[in-house]
Amino acid sequence: MLIALLSIFIVGLIAPGLYSVLREKTGWVLAILPFSVFIYFLTLFPAIADGEVITQSTDWVPLFDVTLSFYLDGLSMLFALLVTGIGTFIVLYGSGYLAGHEYIGRFFCTILLFMGSMLGVVLADNLITLFVFWELTSFTSYLLIGFSHDSAESRNSALQALLVTGIGGLALLAGLILMGYTAGTFEMSEILNSGDVLRESPLYLGILILILAGAFTKSAQFPFHFWLPGAMAAPTPVSAYLHSATMVKAGVYLLARVHPAMGDTDLWFYLVTGFGAATLLISAWLALCYTDMKQILAYTTVMVLATLTMLIGMGFPLAHQAAAVYILGHALYKASLFMVAGAIDHEAGTRDIAKLGGLRSLMPISAVAAALAALSMAGIAPFFGFIGKELLYEAALEAPMWSTLLISIAVLGNIAVVAAAGIVAIKPFYGPKVETPKHAHEAPLSMWIGPITLASLGVVFGSLPFLIDSSLIVPTASAIYGETLDFYLSLWHGINLPLILSVVTLLGGIAVYKIWTGLQSSTPAGLYSTTFHDGPKGGYQFLVDGMLSTAGWQTRVLQNGMLRYYVLTIVVTMAVAIGYTFMSRAGFAWNNELGSVELYEWTLFATIIASALIAVMVRSRLAIIVALGVIGFGLALIYLMYGAPDLAMTQVLVETLTVILVALVLVHMPPLKKSEAAGSKFRDAVIALTLGGIFTAMTLTAMTLPFDLFISEQFAEWSYPAAHGRNIVNVILVDFRALDTMGEVVVVAVAGLAVYALVKMNKKQSKNGGAES
Amino acid sequence: MNLLLILPIAIPLTAATIGLLFRKSPMVQRASGVIGMAALLVSVIYLSWQTYTDGIQVIQLGDWAAPFGITLVMDLLSAAMLIITAIMGLVVSIYSLYDIDRVKEQYHYYPLLHILLIGINGSFLTGDLFNLYVWFEVMLISSFILLALGNRKTQLQGAVKYVIINLVSSLVFLFGVAMVYGMTGTLNMADLAVKIAEVENTGLVTAVSMIFIVSFGIKAAIFPLFFWLPASYHTPPVAVSAIFGGLLTKVGVYALIRVFTLIFTHDIGYTHTILLWVSGFTMVCGVLGAAAQMEFRKVLSFHIVSQIGYMIMGLAFNTKLGIMGAIFYIIHNILAKSNLFLISGIAQRLTGTFELKQLGGLYRQYPWLAVLFLISAFALAGFPPLSGFWAKLSLVKAGLQIEQYVITGVAILVGLLTLFSMVKIWAYAFWMPMEEENKSEQFGKMKLMGAGGLNLLVTPVIILAAIIIIVGLFAEPFLSFCMLAAEQLLNPEIYIESVLGES
Repeated sequence: MLIALLSIFIVGLIAPGLYSVLREKTGWVLAILPFSVFIYFLTLFPAIADGEVITQSTDWVPLFDVTLSFYLDGLSMLFALLVTGIGTFIVLYGSGYLAGHEYIGRFFCTILLFMGSMLGVVLADNLITLFVFWELTSFTSYLLIGFSHDSAESRNSALQALLVTGIGGLALLAGLILMGYTAGTFEMSEILNSGDVLRESPLYLGILILILAGAFTKSAQFPFHFWLPGAMAAPTPVSAYLHSATMVKAGVYLLARVHPAMGDTDLWFYLVTGFGAATLLISAWLALCYTDMKQILAYTTVMVLATLTMLIGMGFPLAHQAAAVYILGHALYKASLFMVAGAIDHEAGTRDIAKLGGLRSLMPISAVAAALAALSMAGIAPFFGFIGKELLYEAALEAPMWSTLLISIAVLGNIAVVAAAGIVAIKPFYGPKVETPKHAHEAPLSMWIGPITLASLGVVFGSLPFLIDSSLIVPTASAIYGETLDFYLSLWHGINLPLILSVVTLLGGIAVYKIWTGLQSSTPAGLYSTTFHDGPKGGYQFLVDGMLSTAGWQTRVLQNGMLRYYVLTIVVTMAVAIGYTFMSRAGFAWNNELGSVELYEWTLFATIIASALIAVMVRSRLAIIVALGVIGFGLALIYLMYGAPDLAMTQVLVETLTVILVALVLVHMPPLKKSEAAGSKFRDAVIALTLGGIFTAMTLTAMTLPFDLFISEQFAEWSYPAAHGRNIVNVILVDFRALDTMGEVVVVAVAGLAVYALVKMNKKQSKNGGAES
Repeated sequence: MNLLLILPIAIPLTAATIGLLFRKSPMVQRASGVIGMAALLVSVIYLSWQTYTDGIQVIQLGDWAAPFGITLVMDLLSAAMLIITAIMGLVVSIYSLYDIDRVKEQYHYYPLLHILLIGINGSFLTGDLFNLYVWFEVMLISSFILLALGNRKTQLQGAVKYVIINLVSSLVFLFGVAMVYGMTGTLNMADLAVKIAEVENTGLVTAVSMIFIVSFGIKAAIFPLFFWLPASYHTPPVAVSAIFGGLLTKVGVYALIRVFTLIFTHDIGYTHTILLWVSGFTMVCGVLGAAAQMEFRKVLSFHIVSQIGYMIMGLAFNTKLGIMGAIFYIIHNILAKSNLFLISGIAQRLTGTFELKQLGGLYRQYPWLAVLFLISAFALAGFPPLSGFWAKLSLVKAGLQIEQYVITGVAILVGLLTLFSMVKIWAYAFWMPMEEENKSEQFGKMKLMGAGGLNLLVTPVIILAAIIIIVGLFAEPFLSFCMLAAEQLLNPEIYIESVLGES
C-alpha cells in the first residue's frame, strides 16, 4: 500500500514534466495510475469481503511513535476504491475539461497529490500519519480551489476553505494526540479495541469535541458548511472529485473510523446526530435557493454529508448499514452529476439553470448520465439511492431517541433533494431550447465516459445489490459499527412505513419541483439563504475582519515607530518584573557590618550624584560629557579608596580617553533640540529613578551575602609566578581572560571600520548622484 | 581539552582579517567570504560529530583551569546551533555574491559578516557569563553596521532603534553579570550553576534571574521587548535581513535556554511560569503584528517574534519533550524563515518591490519560485511533511503531555494565523495577477536559473528548501539529536562535570 501511495505522489510531482512530453495524451496515460491502484485494491477485495483486515507498517519517526502503517478493512476499502476509481475518471475528465489550459500540467500534479493524500487518509492506521495526509488534503485542495487564481473570488474561496478546514485540522491534531496519550497507543487499530478506556477518561469530552471539530469542518457541517459552496470556484473536475466524492467525506470517514472507540455514548449521539440532523434540514433546502447547478449540487452534497453524520451518530447497526450504502450511492451519482454540470458549462458556456434548456438533443449522452444519476439521487427504485433512502428511513424510525423528529427531518430533507435532482437533470435538458453563450454539442469521450459509467453503476448496484452487499457494504458497516454484522440488501422490503414515506417524499419533491422557479426567486427563499448561508459566512468574515482590526490596532499601539516609547516600555517592564520579583521574593536587606561612612566619602558620593543629575539636566553636549567624566573619575576614586589601585588606574585611563574622544566628536555637532513637556519629563524621571532605585537596592542586598574571594585570591596568587605580571588587572585582561579582550578589540576595530565605511560611503554615493542601488 | 574548539571563532576571524587586508580586491572579498563559511561549516560538522560521539567538548583557554580562565564548551545544543549557523553563513554568503553591490562589498561587507559569526559562534560556545557579554557586543556592533551599510535613511532609522534598544539590553546584562558575580564570586557558568545553588538568599537569585529574562528577552525579541526587530529587519539588503532574521534572535533564545536550564533552576515554579506567560503573549502579538502588515519583509519580521514565543514556550515547559521541541523549532525556524527572506529578495529583484499589493503574477511567470515559496511558507506554518510540522508536533505533544491546555491551545490558534499570513503573501505575490502599470522591466524576462538568470540567488534558496524537505521527510535523526541535546540540558551535572572535572 505504501508503494501504491508513493507512486501516486511521485507521478504527481513529475506530471507537469510528463505533460510537456505527452501533451494531450497525458490524461489517458496518467489515468492508468489510479486505475492500476484501483485494480490493486480489487485484488485485495476477496480477503476484505471475508472479513479480514490487512495491515502494513513501516517505521517513520519511532521517537514520536509515528509509523507509516496502513489498515485496510471494509471501510477503508470502500473509500480506497472510490478515491482511485472515481479518481481515474476525474483525471480523464480533467484532461478534456482543461484541454489547452495553461495550467493543465499543474492541474495533473495537484490532483494526483490530492488523490495520494486522500488515499493516505483513508488507509492510515497511525494517528499522526492520518493527520499528515489530512493536512495534505487541505493544502492540495487550497491550490485546487484557487486554480483560477486571477479572480479574487477564487482566492478568497480558497483561503476560506483553507482556514475553516485548517482550524479543524489543528483541533484534530490536538484531539488525536490526546487520544493517543489516553489510549496509550497511536495506532488506530489498537485504539479501536480500547474504546472503554477512552470513554471513561476524564478527557473524553475534550477529545470528542476536538475530533468532531476536525470532522465537522472538513465535512462542512453547520455552521461550517459555507466553505463548501464557496469551493465551487474550483474547476469542475476538482469539484466533482474533492467536493463530492472524496475530501469532504474525509470528515465522515473519520467519524465512522473512530465510532467504535468514541461512540456509544449519549454525548456522541447528541452531538453527532444533532449536528447532522440540523445540517441536513438546513442544507437540503438551501440547495433550492440557487440557480447555479454547482451551488445546488454543493448544497445537496452538504445534505448527504449531514445524513451520513446523523446516521453515524445514531450508533446502531441499521444506521451504519444505511451509512455504508449512502457513501457508495452518493459518490456514484454526485460525481456523475458534477461532471455533467461541468460538461454543460464547458460546452454551453453557462451552468445557470435559468439560462439553460433543451440540451437533450445536443448532448444526449450527458442527458442520459444525468437522468440515471438524478434518479438514484432522488431515491427511486430500482436505483441504488433508493436502497439508501429506505435504510435511512428505517434507521430514523428505529432511532433510540427523538425518532419522530429525526424521521421528519429526513423526509423533509429528502423532499428537497428530489426536487434538486429534478432541477439539475431535467431543467437543462428538457423544455424549450434556450440560446446559450456557446453553441452546445456533446462533450468529448474523456468527459462523458466517467459520468455514464458511474451513473450506470448506480442502477446496476440498485437492481442487483447482491453484487456488493456481503462483499463490500457488510464489511464497511461492520467497520463503522465495530462488530461484525450480518445482513443483505434488497430493493423490496414489502409495503411498510419507509416505503410509504418514500412515496410521500417523491410526491412532495415533485410538487416542490413544479413550483421551484417561483420558490427560488421568492422573498422567503432569499431570506432563508441570507440566514443560513450568508449568516455563517458573515460570521467567518466577522472573525477575520475582527482579527485584522485587532491586529492593526495592536500594532499601531505597540509598534508605534517612536523609539522613546519603545525604551519607555522596556524600562517599565524591567522595573515591574525585576522590582516586583525582588520586593516579593527577596526584600531589601542592609548589611549592618558595613563601616560607617566618613565625610570625604559622603562628599564623593554627593559629587557623583550631582554630576549624574547635571548630565541629564543640561542641554550642552560638552557639559554632559564633562559631567559623565566626573562620574567616571569619581568611580576611580572609589576603587582607589577600597583597595583596587590597578582598577583605578585602568578606569582613569579609559575615562580620560573617552571624555577626550567623545568631546572631540561632539563639539562639532549641533546643540540638542529643546526637550519635551514638563509632564513627560517628570514621568521619565520617576521611571528612571525607580529602576535605578531597584538596582541600587538589589546591589545593597547582595552586599549582605558573604563574598566569595576564591577566584580573586587565586588570580592574585598566580599573577606574578604563573602569568608573569604584577598588575593583576593587566594580567586578567591579557591572560586569564584574554578571550574577552580579544572580543573587545574586535568590537573597537569594527567600530572604527564602521565610522570609516559610513563616512566614505556617503561621500562616494553623493559623488555618484546619491541614490544607491 | 579539544583545541579545535576555537575553530568556530578562529576561522571567521581569519577570513575577516584576510578580507580586511585585501579591501580593494573583490575576488578576495568574495572568496574569503564564501570559502571561509564553507571551512567553518566543515569544522563545526567535525566538532559536532566529536561531541555526538565522545560527549561534551571543552577547552580551557590559556590552559587556566576552570573556573579561573575562560572555558569554551560544546554540548549538543551548541553543536546544533553552530551547524545551523554555519549553514546559514554559507548560503547567505553565496546569495550575497549577487545581492550585495560593489560598494558595500568594498566597505567590508564580508568581513563584517564573518565578525557577526564570530559573535554568534562565540555565544554558542562560551562557558563563561561575562564572555557571553563580550560576544553579544561583537554581534551587536557588527550587526549594527551591517544594518546601516548603505546609509539609506530608512536603514539608519531602523539601525538607531536597533542599536539603542540592544544597548539597553547589554547594560542590563552587565548589571546581571555583576550581581551574579557579587553573589557567587564566579563567572564560569558551570561553576555558577554549583555556587548559585548555595546562595542563601534565593529570592535575590530569582530577582537576578529576572534581569536575565529581560536582557536576553530583548535580544530574543519577546513580548513586550521586541520593538527593535520589526523596526529594523526590513531595511537592510535582503542577505542581511535573512541572516539576521534567522540567527540573531535565536542567540537570545539560546542564552535563555542555557541559563534557565543550567543556572537558574531553583525556582522553576516562578521563573518558568513567567516565561510561559511571556511566550503566549509573544506568539499572539507577533502573529497579529504580521497580519497587519502588507510588506513582504515586515510580515516575515513580525513572524520571527511570534515564533520566538514557541521556542520560549518549549523552554517554559521544562520537560524533555518541551526543550527538545524548542531546539528543533529553532533549527527549523532558522531554515524556513531565512529562506523566506531570501525568496522575498528574489521576488523583489523580479518585480521591483516588496509591497504585497504591488507584487503579483509570480505563480504564472515563475512556477519554480512558487514551489520554493510554498515549501518554505507551509513549513513555517507547520504543514506536514515539512520540517515545521515536527516542530509543531513536538511542542503540541509536549504541552498536552503536561496538561498545559491553555497555552497549547494558544499555540495552535497562532499556527492558524501563521498560515493566514503565509497564504496572504501567496495570494498577493503569487496568485494575484500583476497590474500592467506595476510591471517592471525585468519581470518575465529575467530567468530564475541558467544563463542570464539569478543563479546565485536561487541556489541558496534551493539548498535550504531541500534541507527543509529532508528534515521533514526523514525527521527521525534530527529529532533524536534534539532529544539528546534536551537530555543533556536537563541533566546539567553532565555539563558541570565536563567543565570542572570530577569533583
